[in-house]
Amino acid sequence: MSQYLLSTYAVEGEVPGAPRTPEEMRTFMERVMALEAEMDASGTFVFGGALHGPDATTVVRVGDGEVVMTDGPFIEAKEHIAGFYIINADDLDAALAWAGKVVEALNHPIEVRPFRATGQVKDSMPPGA
Amino acid sequence: MNRTVALQLGTTDVERVFREVYGQAVATLIRVFGDITLAEDAVQDAFVLAIDRWRTGGIPPNPAGWIVTTARNRAIDGLRRSERGRELHEQLAVVAGTPRGRGDEWEGGGPVSDDQLRLIFTCCHPALRTEHQVALTLRLLGGLRVDEVARSFLVSESAMAKRLVRAKYKIKAARIPYRVPAEADLPGRLRSVLLVVYLIYNTGVDDSDRASLRSDAIRLGRSLVELMPDEPEAAGLLALMLLNESRMPARTAEGTLVLLRHQDRTQWDRTLIEEGQAIVRACVRRNRPGPFQLQAAIQAVHCDADSFEAIDWPRIVALYNHLLSLMPTPVVALNRAIALGETEGPAAALTELDAIAADLDTYHLMHAARGTMLRRLGQRDAAKAAFERAAQLAPTEAERRFLAQQIEELAEDGAPEQLKSGDRANHRTR
Repeated sequence: MSQYLLSTYAVEGEVPGAPRTPEEMRTFMERVMALEAEMDASGTFVFGGALHGPDATTVVRVGDGEVVMTDGPFIEAKEHIAGFYIINADDLDAALAWAGKVVEALNHPIEVRPFRATGQVKDSMPPGA
Repeated sequence: MNRTVALQLGTTDVERVFREVYGQAVATLIRVFGDITLAEDAVQDAFVLAIDRWRTGGIPPNPAGWIVTTARNRAIDGLRRSERGRELHEQLAVVAGTPRGRGDEWEGGGPVSDDQLRLIFTCCHPALRTEHQVALTLRLLGGLRVDEVARSFLVSESAMAKRLVRAKYKIKAARIPYRVPAEADLPGRLRSVLLVVYLIYNTGVDDSDRASLRSDAIRLGRSLVELMPDEPEAAGLLALMLLNESRMPARTAEGTLVLLRHQDRTQWDRTLIEEGQAIVRACVRRNRPGPFQLQAAIQAVHCDADSFEAIDWPRIVALYNHLLSLMPTPVVALNRAIALGETEGPAAALTELDAIAADLDTYHLMHAARGTMLRRLGQRDAAKAAFERAAQLAPTEAERRFLAQQIEELAEDGAPEQLKSGDRANHRTR
């Protein structure tokens, strides 16, 4: 079992294809909740959610032997991660099948990226990683 | 020293055998070890041993089996010795204990074919970029050496090696599976496999320096048909390549492209035509048409005619109509328009070409087709402009020469009226 990051990007704070009207928002939420329930029931869902914008970001680094905080974001770019899921999947084809469902529910592109290693708390470590 | 002698003694035989068995051996060892690089290194080691052993003992009756068994044993020895490999080896012992995991059941044909089939779908996985799919397919299935793949794509050996490393890294890191896709995904995934092989073939068509890619692609096409006898599109692709290949000797003369109309049909390879047409007939009987089968059928009609005048154009237009319904792309529409020029005349063809002109504005063949139709209509200036634009865009020297020749001939054409009747007469008698 491997783990994959499925991430969505906002471009200049806007998520392409995001719901605009209350009605769109309602059906969007229905789709997302149904998808997350399906992911959870199949043991696929590890964690996920939507993030606040880059203006809410703080960068923390070590400078001159002490920890320094500055207003973020770390990367000055037009695109920022808007939200993500971390999922369990046997292989890329399985991850891509879930990615297809996520794209259908969210209505904007996502990036699928394999984890090289994961934290060892609980049972999140994939065997052989 | 020994290796030098061996290379002198039987280089061609050994190289031929290596190329033939490389794909089978690597595919089987990837299944056994679950790692492409390990499998490749093991096969490479076995080849080095083979050069030495076969020089004195001769090529064994089943060279693929010899290579697989030797490579497997040497890889396991290597793993046993290395610290890193000890744990992996313990896992392998479990796998290797089962008949399917030993890697020496190649004699039956079944499992080895399955291994290659799995490997094809891994190499042509849509999560890999096309240039990586092509490079992996030629290296792992075609058995080309890295320097040969590099030469085929006009990049340095180190650049190609990096490309292959990146592709293999992604397969491993992202866990691109080593298996035949599920039934539901098969049509789409098979299509990307067939497109990779056809791309390899066409790279060999466009550039005479890379002509060997055509035989590599045909060899891969034959394997696909063997591996997937129930997939009519795999057969369609093979037939399409064979029929295109049959006309290659007549396609250029003195470095200039020769139009179908002017080709010396006695130079066409009858053996390839017969094989290609037999496959097309079998596809028609099977009655599960697809884009590659229809393209092959069109080429089969062309190859049927013993002169340009004898070509069954209405049949070709009908096949293009069918193809366009399955694959509504501007390039298919372009080819249909050219065929329509023969059944309905140049004015009808030009109307069709105008509809796709914007989509194919950077495609030299669209402008060349426009030039041809405009010339037949006696519109010399417009024809000249179209041929000039085509020549600017043409990727090969043979095509540029052909287009320059068209422009020259335009200047030699008489007054528009004469041209028109002259062209008609020409058309009928040629």
